[in-house]
Amino acid sequence: MNLRKYLKVYKKFLHTSLASELEYKTNILVDLITAVLSLIGSIFLLSIFFQNNGSIGGWEFEQALIIQSIYTILNGITNTWFNPNLTEIVKHIREGTLDFVLLKPIDSQFFISLKKINPSGFLEIMLGFFLLLFCIRINQINLNLSFLTLSLITLSCSICILYSLWFFISTTTIWFVKTWNAIEVLRSFLYIGRFPLNSFSFSLRIFFSVFIPIAFITTIPSEVFLGLSQLWKILLEIIVTTVFLITSRKFWLFALKFYSSASS
Amino acid sequence: MISKLINRKIFTLLKVQYSNMLEYRVEIALWAISGIIPFFMLNIWTNNNLNESINISDVMLSRYFLCAFFVRQFSVVWVVFSFEEDSLMGKVSPYLIQPLNPFFRYFAQHLAEQITRFPFALIIAFFFFIFNPESIWIPNLSILFLSIVSTFLSFLIQFLIQSIVACLCFWTEKASSIERLLFIPTLFLSGLLAPVVSFPAYVKSWIYLTPFPYLIDFPANLLSGNETNISGGLSMQILWILLLFPLFKKIWSEGTKKYTAMGS
Repeated sequence: MNLRKYLKVYKKFLHTSLASELEYKTNILVDLITAVLSLIGSIFLLSIFFQNNGSIGGWEFEQALIIQSIYTILNGITNTWFNPNLTEIVKHIREGTLDFVLLKPIDSQFFISLKKINPSGFLEIMLGFFLLLFCIRINQINLNLSFLTLSLITLSCSICILYSLWFFISTTTIWFVKTWNAIEVLRSFLYIGRFPLNSFSFSLRIFFSVFIPIAFITTIPSEVFLGLSQLWKILLEIIVTTVFLITSRKFWLFALKFYSSASS
Repeated sequence: MISKLINRKIFTLLKVQYSNMLEYRVEIALWAISGIIPFFMLNIWTNNNLNESINISDVMLSRYFLCAFFVRQFSVVWVVFSFEEDSLMGKVSPYLIQPLNPFFRYFAQHLAEQITRFPFALIIAFFFFIFNPESIWIPNLSILFLSIVSTFLSFLIQFLIQSIVACLCFWTEKASSIERLLFIPTLFLSGLLAPVVSFPAYVKSWIYLTPFPYLIDFPANLLSGNETNISGGLSMQILWILLLFPLFKKIWSEGTKKYTAMGS
């Protein structure tokens, strides 16, 4: 069966990349400290915003912390999977090694999106979940089944949108060869995901929900956690996710037609 | 005679690096765009009237963040990433033979990049003024001169810190994770995301002893005409450079003794 083959291949990917990453053990420790400090820094910044204001864009400090925790989880996922793999595309294309990927009897998107893993991102994901649990306690959220399914759906939608965005930008490498900095631009825009969408002015809000759907990535899941989200928003997020996933796939297949290998 | 030789070296290095940088115009434009986070922060500040509590008017705050953007544009340092790559690839060995410290090469690279970046930063500032016409101002010449000097000093401090971190490559091979760790306090404490005046008292009491507020907050305040202690700021910047430079020289001479070329 196909699925079983892919699972088996993925297990091998995990094994090889973990083995190579664990060679740099101090690096992982430094990355852990970085993740902790970065979370402290963001909370410090939030506390500056809230020191003289009760609420920002209708969000109280405890509620804004939920956004922070979801951002941290998603950032951890980005650092674990998206960042190491998708920056590798740039290398593949510049050095022409994408040929070897395309020759393999396996889906090329699967291969380049999941080949590598960076274990230090796990710690960030865990940090995010701890903060989320803490937020659930201080906001007195009742956990029930429908709530859990909804939050799981929105979170996985966010992950898919995020993945599509990264993959989309990395795919443009086929034409532009060097896109390190396009990734930097995406990163700096994603930074906005740490704050509630309502705290921005109207024009920026439109920009961040239409062009770069950061609104969907962190704000909607947080609203679900607070029980504020309307059903249409969740449905909209699912639709946006499907559109993004399909377009990024189509775009990859389209871009491959233009791939001409290095030095040819 | 000797100074003439040095002048020629520096001039040649700059010329080579500038033509090198001109090849990557799009890259640099994208990089300039990725620095617009201060503008998003400005949007949060003014949109929620957070600045009322710190007694800075909307106009002054928008000038502050514009200047913070500019200072950041001209003090971005990435020497550790270049050096790490060169040292992993074994490119440092030929540099070491030359009668010129390789860091001059990186230094010229940074300066050339800043010259290339200048027009793009101006374009972004132009768009900023279209959206915020009330914040246009013309700083007087002496202030402009002083703020260019202090921006350059801020660049020097960051260049020295990163060069010290880069020298750690001689021991650990992957020094960029330490740089990412150091970047977190730089990001949150330098005034890029919130002016240092707005920080709570328990942070303000010690922050002026660290180099961070002199990296962005001080030059940006100086240029934007916000209140700041000019002579105190400049002397702190010079003091940090005087402290860091001998440290760099020491770690460089220790490191080169330790250095073994790749594959030996």
